Amino acid sequence: MTEADAAHSAEHPPYLAHHFTDIEQQNESGTMGMWLFLLTEIMFFGGLFATYAIYRLKYFEGFHEGSRHLNYQLGAFNTAVLIGSSLTMALAVRYAQLGRRKALIAFLILTMVLGIAFIGIKLNYEWTADYHEGLIPWMGFHVEGANAAAVRLFFCFYFFMTGLHALHMVIGLGIMCVLLRMAAKGRFDSGYFAPVEITGLYWHFVDIVWIFLFPLLYLIGGLY
Amino acid sequence: MLMLGSNLALFAALDASPGIPIFPPRASTVAEGVDQLHYFLTVLTLFFTFVIFTIIFYFMVRYRRRSEDEQPPATVTYMPLELGWTIVPTLICVVVFVWSASLYFRNASPPNASMEIIVIGKQWMWHIQHPEGVREINELHVPVGVPVKLTMTSQDVIHDFFIPAFRVKRDATPGRYSSMWFQATKTGTFHFFCAQYCGQGHAAMIGWVHVMSPEDYAAWLSGSNRGESMTQAGERLFQQYGCATCHVADGTGRGPSLVGQFGKPQKLRDGQTLLVDEAFLRRAITQPNSMPIPVYAPVMPSFQGQLNEEQILQLIAFVKSLGGEERKAKGQ
Amino acid sequence: MSAALAEAPPETRVHYLNADYGIKSWLLTTDHKRIALLYLATITLMFFVGGAMAVMMRLHLIDPAGGLVHPDTFNKLFTMHGVVMIFFFLIPSIPAVLGNFLVPLMVGAKDLAFPRINLLSWYIFIVGAALTLYAMVSGGVDTGWTFYTPYSTTYANSQVMATALGVFVSGFSSILTGLNFIVTIHKMRAPGLTWFRMPLFLWAIYATSIIQVLGTPVVAIAIFLVGLERLFHVGIFDPAVGGDPILFQHLFWFYSHPAVYIMILPGMGVISEIITCFSRKKIFGYSFVAFSSMAIAVISFLVWGHHMFVTGMSVYAALIFSVLSFLVAIPSAIKVFNWTATLYQGSISYQAPMLYALGFIGLFTMGGLTGLFLASLATDVHLNGTYFIVAHFHYIMVGGAVMAYLGAIHFWWPKITGRLYPDLWARLAAAIVFIGFNLTFFPQFMLGYLGMPRRYATYPAEFQVLNVMSSAGASILGLGYLIPLVYLIWSIRYGPIAPANPWRAKGLEWETSSPPPTQNFDVPPVVREGAYAYGPPGSEQEGAHD
Repeated sequence: MTEADAAHSAEHPPYLAHHFTDIEQQNESGTMGMWLFLLTEIMFFGGLFATYAIYRLKYFEGFHEGSRHLNYQLGAFNTAVLIGSSLTMALAVRYAQLGRRKALIAFLILTMVLGIAFIGIKLNYEWTADYHEGLIPWMGFHVEGANAAAVRLFFCFYFFMTGLHALHMVIGLGIMCVLLRMAAKGRFDSGYFAPVEITGLYWHFVDIVWIFLFPLLYLIGGLY
Repeated sequence: MLMLGSNLALFAALDASPGIPIFPPRASTVAEGVDQLHYFLTVLTLFFTFVIFTIIFYFMVRYRRRSEDEQPPATVTYMPLELGWTIVPTLICVVVFVWSASLYFRNASPPNASMEIIVIGKQWMWHIQHPEGVREINELHVPVGVPVKLTMTSQDVIHDFFIPAFRVKRDATPGRYSSMWFQATKTGTFHFFCAQYCGQGHAAMIGWVHVMSPEDYAAWLSGSNRGESMTQAGERLFQQYGCATCHVADGTGRGPSLVGQFGKPQKLRDGQTLLVDEAFLRRAITQPNSMPIPVYAPVMPSFQGQLNEEQILQLIAFVKSLGGEERKAKGQ
Repeated sequence: MSAALAEAPPETRVHYLNADYGIKSWLLTTDHKRIALLYLATITLMFFVGGAMAVMMRLHLIDPAGGLVHPDTFNKLFTMHGVVMIFFFLIPSIPAVLGNFLVPLMVGAKDLAFPRINLLSWYIFIVGAALTLYAMVSGGVDTGWTFYTPYSTTYANSQVMATALGVFVSGFSSILTGLNFIVTIHKMRAPGLTWFRMPLFLWAIYATSIIQVLGTPVVAIAIFLVGLERLFHVGIFDPAVGGDPILFQHLFWFYSHPAVYIMILPGMGVISEIITCFSRKKIFGYSFVAFSSMAIAVISFLVWGHHMFVTGMSVYAALIFSVLSFLVAIPSAIKVFNWTATLYQGSISYQAPMLYALGFIGLFTMGGLTGLFLASLATDVHLNGTYFIVAHFHYIMVGGAVMAYLGAIHFWWPKITGRLYPDLWARLAAAIVFIGFNLTFFPQFMLGYLGMPRRYATYPAEFQVLNVMSSAGASILGLGYLIPLVYLIWSIRYGPIAPANPWRAKGLEWETSSPPPTQNFDVPPVVREGAYAYGPPGSEQEGAHD
């Protein structure tokens, strides 16, 4: 390495993008950018939540009846799985901070496993069961009774909201694949781990959305 | 004060001179009030625009650049000016708001003795039904000097009933009732328009309001091809669709008796209390299980899709009439 | 300051335009300046597409019986005119072109915080535009740009889904652009550039970005639900299956009212820059103008109900929305007065940017004041759904935003292209636009009060005279817009070479060469004075903010 190159590396680490003046500015910008993005996600889900709330008030009994069709035990288990994945993600960020590459990779993988488990349980047990019970509004919906229309509307919301949430999870898993690859190549150390931290923020947000979704969808039917 | 006075004087002058196409005909009790406010706002707009334009123009000329190197003096903040042009517009806005809100408030509730006419918007025509049974399409006959309340809904998409000469307008929304009222002050023929885009025939959904003297109106009513009144039509439907089977008048049926129920509060199973008005009855007919009531089992079938808006309104007219006295629409 | 710049002859000097050649260097660029030009090309195309539709409408409306096209086609024309002009021209215009180009320069940075996201934002915009153009050529959509339900969910037999998808996608472009600007302004200001030393254009872009970030997701959901309703007949907005059509209007206008401030705030920022430069004076009341931008952004989220006064809302809700709608007018008024006061004792010159800026002030004043007619409940009942509304928003969008956009293009053209345009032609075009604009839209105020509803393909004959006047004006306006297209393109090749600071303006963007180098500044700038330091040297006010 020439003297000029050495000087260049010293003042300008390889992970510092050229348009930033220093690594603090880059990290702060990245973090702020993610927080702003999460704010837009709150407004996005918020619009959906508001619409759901309005119809729950309008079709009180129908929505409660719909909610009782859902398997709250599976939902609760899944909630635990997702919170667990937030824990493993937080630990992954911690190990990235400490520069412990193997631990970082391990916990990233663990987070992904839990995330995939969540989606797997949803797809395989919950949504498949819903299909067989005739609860999917556009795929052979058959529910009888006075509140059938409201139950159908409830399930539309259920699938829109959990579907949108699942989409965000899949995107998160995709991002984690990229992180895994970067970690495997040794791109992170205690001086540079911002992408892991920022992904952690995103993943925690996805978790929080579920923490709202679970009671609003699964538990409003009252005591069983 | 001076400006207001001179405005109103100018307004009165314009008012008196015919043929200036600024205002539509002024044919209702509220039209003049709305026009006065509109006129004030117009003068305000033109005045401030003129003032800004003039000042700018003056500055442009007076301070035009005379040499490339001239150095203008420093900008000095002048708080009184800042505060002044913040507070004065705010005050003007307050004045306009209060004036407008009081006009609006006054026009919001129909007077008690209003006669009620049903208006149903449908792609792309207006069905109008007088309580005595006369039906019109794209025409609305009303007597002068009598408050008229329009109860409106739509059969399909959102429409809007707009009578420029009366300065009134209200959306006709499917699935709910809306109402507006007016009192015509002169006889004649005036436009009405659909003012909410509703598809291909939106621009064709127009018609005429015919304001007649009370005698002419009565003559028109009795002379027209009448058919059954709304109440009679409602009674017929009440039998035809089997309502009478459950809603027995003496209360011994599977459903509650409807005699004298209109206008009373009704408690629901979930604890809330609703007023039995047109909206309540419409919902009871189309979505009965969205509002189960105590004592009676929620077994009433929905008639959504089986009855059109006109039929629902006829049934409502019939229910209103139950209880002995003929209930004309008297607001609440 | 400029002495430090070694002005090599432009043929040999490397700048962002000649730093790299070839289509890949443009389509894969992360340079905010090139991305700005990508946006410029795209939105110019969309402007003329939308403009062509306007021309057809005005031609059609010369005849009360509707001379030119079938009513169905007319309905599609006004719908697509609105969709294209709002989502694909006005909302991106100043932020995506001038904002992208200038924000890093004005803060003294090398690029925006997230250059790759910036490029992604453009590609998302292209996808949205392509979907919408596809909808246009494969039958068109006729719901009105407002997509009111249940017409759009259940009754319209046109390309609702494609258009809705196009608008939905373009919203993400808007969000990402806003996000980029907020982070850049917060985190990447040069040393010495405090918030209150920033040019007011940055304050305006900042306020706009806040609205973009908070509001756009809500309309995304509204459109998403319309799409789902259309596909699955769920019963969210269609009353025939238990839905509430008014709910759509609330969700829609919750964004679409703040959206109109997305369209005007950047223009106001531009005006602050132009007025100060062409009168060579510091802005009067800097803090007031800066805080007004923020106030507008906040209050704009509270007034959406004024689009719904005749839907049957409760009188009390109407009163609250009316009060707030009056309130939102005050900060705009404050700005107009401050701009006017800035001219006092200035040294004023009348090049094209200044003419556009002055025209903006006059027309925006009128457009804004006509908003009071609509905030006022009693008059709004009469005026809602008529041509008065059309005239009101065109005064602000066209008389205001488009004129500000053209003024900005002319003002920063030398910086962007390194060339000067012929100012005489530019002034002529500005005058033609101003005259044509007023002839087109003033008669529409009168049409509105007389009662002519909007979105009418045919109309009663008594409205014809005013309609013909409006159409005649439109032909002049159209000509006015075509002229800059010609001389601006001409100037790229044949215009005189521009110096670094042809207007002798203050601002970091003028302290680098025209066009700037890819990294914006040869030497990273340090800021030692406030914005608009046009005052006499050593004057007490210089560098200080009020």
